[in-house]
Amino acid sequence: MSTFDDPFDAGRKLSRAGCACGQHRSATEHDQAALALRCEPVASTEARYEGVVASAVMRAMFPKDAARRAFLKSVGASTALAAISQFFPLKTATEAFAESGAPEKKDLKVGFIPITCATPIIMAAPLGFYARHGLNVEVVKTAGWAVIRDKTINKEYDAAHMLAPMPIAISLGLGAQAIPFAVPAIENINGQGITLAMKHKDKRDPKDWKGMKFAIPFDYSMHNYLLRYYLAEHGLDPDTDVQLRSVPPPEMVANLRAENIDGFLAPDNICQRAIYDGVGFMHLLSKEIWDGHPCCSFAASREFITGSPNSFAALTRAILDATAYASKAEHRKQIAEAIAPANYINAPVTVLEQVLTGTYADGLGGVKTDAKRVDFDPFPWQSFAVWMLTQMKRWGQVKGDVDYKSIAEQVYLATDTRKTMAEMGLAPPASSYKSFAVMGKTFDPAAPEDYLNSFKIRKSS
Amino acid sequence: MTSSLRLRAAIVSIALFAAFIGVWHIATRGTGAVASMSPEYARLMGLTATAGKSAMPGPLDVGAKLWEHLQRPFYDNGPNDKGLGIQLGYSIARVGLGYLLAVIVAIPLGFLIGMSPLINRALDPFIQILKPISPLAWMPLALYTIKDSGLSAIFVIFICSVWPMLLNTAFGVAAVRKEWINVARTLEVGTLRRAFTVILPAAAPTILTGMRISIGIAWLVIVAAEMLVGGTGIGYFVWNEWNNLSITNVIIAILLIGMVGMLLDQILARFTRMVTFPE
Repeated sequence: MSTFDDPFDAGRKLSRAGCACGQHRSATEHDQAALALRCEPVASTEARYEGVVASAVMRAMFPKDAARRAFLKSVGASTALAAISQFFPLKTATEAFAESGAPEKKDLKVGFIPITCATPIIMAAPLGFYARHGLNVEVVKTAGWAVIRDKTINKEYDAAHMLAPMPIAISLGLGAQAIPFAVPAIENINGQGITLAMKHKDKRDPKDWKGMKFAIPFDYSMHNYLLRYYLAEHGLDPDTDVQLRSVPPPEMVANLRAENIDGFLAPDNICQRAIYDGVGFMHLLSKEIWDGHPCCSFAASREFITGSPNSFAALTRAILDATAYASKAEHRKQIAEAIAPANYINAPVTVLEQVLTGTYADGLGGVKTDAKRVDFDPFPWQSFAVWMLTQMKRWGQVKGDVDYKSIAEQVYLATDTRKTMAEMGLAPPASSYKSFAVMGKTFDPAAPEDYLNSFKIRKSS
Repeated sequence: MTSSLRLRAAIVSIALFAAFIGVWHIATRGTGAVASMSPEYARLMGLTATAGKSAMPGPLDVGAKLWEHLQRPFYDNGPNDKGLGIQLGYSIARVGLGYLLAVIVAIPLGFLIGMSPLINRALDPFIQILKPISPLAWMPLALYTIKDSGLSAIFVIFICSVWPMLLNTAFGVAAVRKEWINVARTLEVGTLRRAFTVILPAAAPTILTGMRISIGIAWLVIVAAEMLVGGTGIGYFVWNEWNNLSITNVIIAILLIGMVGMLLDQILARFTRMVTFPE
């Protein structure tokens, strides 16, 4: 279907041969092109919604394509739009469309950990994304991952910022009682780094890292899996050759200063903070291990999702909106300022700006630029979940046979998010699985066991 | 004589304080200029790295920040950023509630234990085992069963303040002079009346001493509990500022925690003096 291409374009081809719009040889090719079309930046969310509504109105008024074309040709697209809005309340319709079902519960609590990964969750409050979707959300800063897990399980929070593997671990009952959780959106991709203490500035080859102590934020974290992966690729067994400690992010910088640890793979603003304070340097961005890796997720319990479906949908839309906004480079400075105060992340604006804009001091006297140091892409690829499960099994967190696909599909709500994104005029990918490369090694989501068996270094079970 | 002693003590106190501030100031002066760096790079770095400023704040930084807090102690910038006055208020309210619950449980139970040797023997093993448990060890269990972090914090306060009160009450009640009890018995005073008019006044100083110990422990524990649970309170403030590596604010919080603790202790000390009588 061509709901999203421009109905005000008089030159659009109308033939129905091959695909729906006639421009492509096959339906698949058409879908691909339609996605590409929709990727083009739209001025604002309102404009995007308005586009969806206006096209629907236009089609309803001129169900015959030829008649619409004639009308458009004679008056021009902008005049046509203006004329329609004269007698059809486009604005009201847009608002009504954006609102959909009234939320069962308006006052919601969403927990977050003060790191830049939580950017969409946090910024949605000061920048009004929750309010736009009819919600009154209180974002509550939380002391650590275990606390955020317990508070979400105890229903003190309706939804929360969690590390991407956490909802999988909770659903499987690892390190907590098994409670079905789900992920409608990924918070951020990339945005972590390996930071080493200044004294190691000449020890850049991981092969020399035997016996060093590293901090990771939580056992069920991408940080843990990425650091282990990185070390193992360089021939170190992360369980025997180095020490890995779970340390809350704020304590990491203090511990690095006190030389209790040699380095960490940590979420950002912590890495940059260590550099800002002159205690460490950036060895490697996590992007260089796996470009586009997920880091944190937006998670809610199944109970909340089924109990308050409209609230959950509105919350998801607000997060998707905020994520789309955050993905634009030109908004990053404004976001850094919005989330820096004590009420939110509570960090120097310079540090957040360096993380979000990607122009940063590396701690060794150089200024580097990498616009994709952290990026925001909400789509919860089920292949991400499958990869995490392979690593959980690789390092002995889950044992026995794992039903990769069904767990991924239960926890990562790719289908629902695709639908919501399409309704919002965003461009979701057509598939829920994609292949990607981690340190040059390709991962095929269809064959997780083979992938797992290809690793030489893994926990013997 | 006493007034001159007091004066001399005050002078020594002030001298010690001045010396402490002086040493602190000198120790945190910083290392001076550090390795030169390009201005573009320096713009992205913190003062510790660029100007060699000490990572530990000096007394002047702390003083300036404290003044800033004192000027607006009750601001409210949303759920995660409230003035120090509000944070202290939350902590005191939590301690007050947990402590009150402990008083309600510990004093009657203490009376029972003190007056009945049978119950004393029967409950003794439980009390001995439960007493030495660190209150924070209860935290995961409380969070898991109560399923509410605010109530869990109050429960932890309750469980830590109940023991000193219970034991002191029991001891105070058991140690009331036998003559007084016997006199009451001769005059055929009923059990309840005996408890309220003879035993309670006689045991009051010991009971209040137990309460004084308890409030001290409760105040110690609330800070740690709030750091774990988060949300509001002075403990959360410490954690939040630590998150930002703002040692200045942490020092201010330490100072305030000490002052409030002293205040609570002094209030109970005054009560103790009120019920103490010369024999």
